[in-house]
Amino acid sequence: MVAIIRARGDRSIRDYIDPERGTVSRELYVNPDIFEQEMEQIFQRCWLFLGHESQVPNPGDFVISRMGTEEVIVVRDRKDHQIRAFLNSCRHRGMKVVRYDQGNSLIFTCPFHAWTYDTTGRLVGAGFQHSPEAYCGTLPKEEWGLAEVAQFKNFYGSLWATWDPKAPSFEEYLGPFTESLRHCLQASDGTDAGLDMFTPFQRHRLPTNWKVPGFTSVTDLTHTAMTHRSAAAAKLQQDRGSKGGRDRARAAAPFPMSKYAIGDHNLGHGGMCTLYHQPGVPEYEEEWYEAGVDDYFREATERKSKLLADKIMAPHGWGGGHFAIFPSVMVDSWRLRWWQPHSVGVVERWTLSGVDKTAPKHVRDAVRHYSERFNGPVGFFESDDMENWNYVFPASQGARARKLDYFFANGIRLGKYNDRLPGVVFNGSYTEEAQRARFSRWLAFMEATSWDDLYPVNKTADHRIW
Amino acid sequence: MVETRNALEEVVLKHELEQFLYKEARLLDERRLEEWLDLLAEDLHYWMPMRRNIKFGDWDLEFTSMDEEINWFDEGKDILAGRIRQLKTGVHWPEEPVSRFEHIVSNVELVSVEGDEIRVNSKFFCYQNRLQDEVNHFVGRREDLLRRDPETGFKLVFRKLILAQNVMLPKVLNTFL
Repeated sequence: MVAIIRARGDRSIRDYIDPERGTVSRELYVNPDIFEQEMEQIFQRCWLFLGHESQVPNPGDFVISRMGTEEVIVVRDRKDHQIRAFLNSCRHRGMKVVRYDQGNSLIFTCPFHAWTYDTTGRLVGAGFQHSPEAYCGTLPKEEWGLAEVAQFKNFYGSLWATWDPKAPSFEEYLGPFTESLRHCLQASDGTDAGLDMFTPFQRHRLPTNWKVPGFTSVTDLTHTAMTHRSAAAAKLQQDRGSKGGRDRARAAAPFPMSKYAIGDHNLGHGGMCTLYHQPGVPEYEEEWYEAGVDDYFREATERKSKLLADKIMAPHGWGGGHFAIFPSVMVDSWRLRWWQPHSVGVVERWTLSGVDKTAPKHVRDAVRHYSERFNGPVGFFESDDMENWNYVFPASQGARARKLDYFFANGIRLGKYNDRLPGVVFNGSYTEEAQRARFSRWLAFMEATSWDDLYPVNKTADHRIW
Repeated sequence: MVETRNALEEVVLKHELEQFLYKEARLLDERRLEEWLDLLAEDLHYWMPMRRNIKFGDWDLEFTSMDEEINWFDEGKDILAGRIRQLKTGVHWPEEPVSRFEHIVSNVELVSVEGDEIRVNSKFFCYQNRLQDEVNHFVGRREDLLRRDPETGFKLVFRKLILAQNVMLPKVLNTFL
């Protein structure tokens, strides 16, 4: 079945992408009907990122997260200590049950009629449940627990969920990116699940469509020189990485590796990718502004070199990360940044930054301060992104502008498959391969009747359109 | 406690403090950013915590911790100087074209005087008007520590900015409060 856009007659969704020309209609970014369909077809089906286990370390700890436009309660149970996630909407009349950002609780009581849930989401009581003038004890509590996610995964400390019971396992959903995500959640010495995330979520609003930053800009190397010109012009020596150039010049024998832009058209993931051609890890390059921090990371890198002496590192993005998991999570080796749609023209940006669990205070402080001054609405770098991502929307939304297409043909048909990551198209590092892969997957979700039509539940599905 | 010898001296001091805070606001509005930077002590600590939605009485949970958690700002004069260099490049897009900022300072309250160091609280209302119709409001209060200075009257040593927001609603915060 092909989804129809009500606002524009009987054109099918597929007609809004032209794989030959390499274009995507702006209509897909500005049309509220498309947005509604995305929330159903994509955000009700995909695995979405919720947060990190270090945010709920103790029994009864909870934190409010989001899945698409909706809030979820992420809570660690008091008895079995498992983490679960529930829609933050009372089953009685839909009131938001929890209004605090985080906390520790035995039960959650709705402020409307006192329907009360335990930390496994079970309805355990309600106002007047035993009253002879009300329920008379007839409330079927076992049927009216909080709506729980269909599947939940704690992947090396990162928490993910989907509303769709037919979705594949999280590892199948990630496919060849499983080891890359695992790598990004390791401490800098290679210890699995080695990060603590700084609390709380860094959250701010941006008036644009979620796909502008979350979909087509998360791995976009051609924007850097222009968008971020001011950071270079201002000689922001506090920028992590600004010292790296000098070190690289000194390196006698550069580590054999190659850089690409990659996209998995069947899964939608992709971004910047480094392929390593020999075991071990590259020599540490100094990059920290704060004193003593490079010493810590150099020693950690040496430990990691020993750990991986006989093993080729998992492919991942440059600088340790920077690839995107469909639909809108960008992963680096030390942070996750993701986009929560609110409406066709409003998105919320969330960030979690991590640091080695065993890092000393001066390293923790340096990483935290870097995250504060780099990310989000006060970030040296990202404030420039916000301006461009913002004004794409009003300049694309008008009756004339929306009839135009966006150009996505940078490097089209120049990519090649590579045995190192089966199913993934490798292309020049400044191409738009990753963005095209996301649209192949996007179209597949928008057209699919259920996960039965979608890779990898349907093993033979081929979603690549360009 | 306010350690003043008499009421008149206290009134004069409060007047001097108000003049300093108003001048600071005017320099920012007039885009005289380096003159504003001159009002900051070399050991300045500029801090804006995030604010959680909390239960009445859970006051300890409201602000993010300066030492352990992510804040909106937690930095010194070197970083603020970098921000000003960036604003002056002419290619820092969220401030190109430049905004019309109006910083309003009120509720100035002298808290304490200890030697050269004075604690003063105030409220800020910052109105931002940009391009044709982009409007943002930054409203909150601040807890300042000032130090007497022979050249500028005072220097700002510590500022805690308490912004009345949970999710940051404007896409960018590109001025100083």
